[in-house]
Amino acid sequence: MLTPTEIIALRLSLQVALTAVALSLPLAVLIAWLLTRFQFAGRSLLDAVVHLPLVLPPVVIGYFLLVVFGTKGPIGAWLYETFGVRLIFSRSGAILAAAVMSFPLMVRAVRLALEAVDRGLEAAARTLGATRPDVFFSITLPLMLPGIVSGCIIAFAAALGDFGATITFVGNVEGETQTLSLAIYSLTQAPDGDAAALRLVLISLALALVALYLSDWLARRVGRYIGRA
Amino acid sequence: MGITALFGASGAGKSTLLNLVAGLLRPDEGLIAVGQRVFFDSAAGIDVPVEQRELGVVFQDPRLFPHLTVRRNLMFGLRRAGARADAAQVTPDAVIELLGLAALLERRPHTLSGGERQRVAIGRALLAQPRLLLMDEPLASLDAARKAEVLRHIERLRDKFRVPILYVSHAADEVLRLARSLVALDRGAVIGAGPIDDTLRDPAVARLFPAFEAGSLLHCVVRGHDERYGLTVLAIEDSVELRVPRMDLERGSVVRVRIPARDVALALSQPADVSTVNRLAGNVVRVDPIDATHVDVQVLVGRATALRVRVTQEATERLALVPGLPVWCLIKSVALDRATLLMADEAAVTPLFALAANDAASGPQR
Repeated sequence: MLTPTEIIALRLSLQVALTAVALSLPLAVLIAWLLTRFQFAGRSLLDAVVHLPLVLPPVVIGYFLLVVFGTKGPIGAWLYETFGVRLIFSRSGAILAAAVMSFPLMVRAVRLALEAVDRGLEAAARTLGATRPDVFFSITLPLMLPGIVSGCIIAFAAALGDFGATITFVGNVEGETQTLSLAIYSLTQAPDGDAAALRLVLISLALALVALYLSDWLARRVGRYIGRA
Repeated sequence: MGITALFGASGAGKSTLLNLVAGLLRPDEGLIAVGQRVFFDSAAGIDVPVEQRELGVVFQDPRLFPHLTVRRNLMFGLRRAGARADAAQVTPDAVIELLGLAALLERRPHTLSGGERQRVAIGRALLAQPRLLLMDEPLASLDAARKAEVLRHIERLRDKFRVPILYVSHAADEVLRLARSLVALDRGAVIGAGPIDDTLRDPAVARLFPAFEAGSLLHCVVRGHDERYGLTVLAIEDSVELRVPRMDLERGSVVRVRIPARDVALALSQPADVSTVNRLAGNVVRVDPIDATHVDVQVLVGRATALRVRVTQEATERLALVPGLPVWCLIKSVALDRATLLMADEAAVTPLFALAANDAASGPQR
């Protein structure tokens, strides 16, 4: 049904998007926590930096990634010399680009969820003998779950769809960095690629529909779990 | 032991004080200690975290955890009580039975009624094995029927478990019904503290009970019934008795009655030709002018019973009322019924209700 090339692009896309979401989730929760619960110097700066990928052209983000994480960039060089890890033109780099691009959406959703958690419940839990970390894991986190789920889904969609940052930072290497979007782009550039491009477009559409349905189902399950249904 | 009420008008600082004790608010300076344990001492740099204070708090809103069943809500504190849970005097079974929660255990908080939620919240706080249970207006968000339901359960737990309770309320009826001790707050300052009967005798404290007229709150034992005249005899002390319309109460039961100060009249000699049933001899203890017209007089009857009497300034001068003067207090027995009606305003299980039911025709005096 699907050609081997299509399967490779589909699997790569899913892998990149899922890994990007999984890796950025803990950091998103931490940042949302800092931005919601604390007043500190540089809070607005942190808020702005987190939101940059949302307001800058993706190509610019890709360029920044190249400057910082390229083999000559400050972090990229260190990674390469210390661990032999090279991000550009690699799958890890594609994951990083997807994670950075989807990060602001994830933080926004998690932050909204955190703001909706009743601080009174946390106070009640503490009077019942729960320490601060205990309160976070037994009360706050479960109550944030609907927001975390929707944040993950939005971030997954954004990660799956990124084009500009990925192609600028890690190029268009088949089997390594060529996600669905990049594969569709390549095919539209080829003289006889229209039919193949349409097939990939339909796959993207199916993926989007499944993701939407899944998120709806999950949201309902989670809503019932925390007693909002 | 028993319930200590923290009473005052809205904004008097009751809830602030409770939150300071609980550790949910942090004072600028001062000392907070419960029993021998110091929770906060700004001078010594001590500030025990909330979770280590080993208190239970029942808030005005139940604050049940929505993602947990009633059972897991109840067990939340117990599972974190550590060593105290092993020697637990307050067991889950006892609490579930006392608060009538058996049918609710597998349900989620959002399916419960307001009264049920507050009962679960009380059970959850109790099961955390608190050294002191703090209750912050636990009835304030409930309607009258739910209020009566929860009030009954609070009375039951007070009598069954030996947990001291600090009860914040601005509702005079709750305080009079539940509390053994009273701390009265006014604009952030304590204006009276001690056993409730003594504290209420202070005019400054009594002034905070606007729904109630000034009066005396007395504990009486039912001594017997006078079937011929349909009267019940209450003993305040061995030699001090009150006669009230027949009440359906067993001999030996204890009732609280309130005698409004203005329903007591004073005479300098034993009056022979008045209809008043209750005539008690005593001595004037204090004479406090309230305003230009009214004077608050305290009379000691028997050995330790203080009776508040409201007379006019004119009468005070005419009778030359001064501390030490022997007087007779005339109490109309109907005044007793009325007073008790004020307290037993709901379908309560306390003896007071029986007292009120006898005179139900006159209706509550609110």
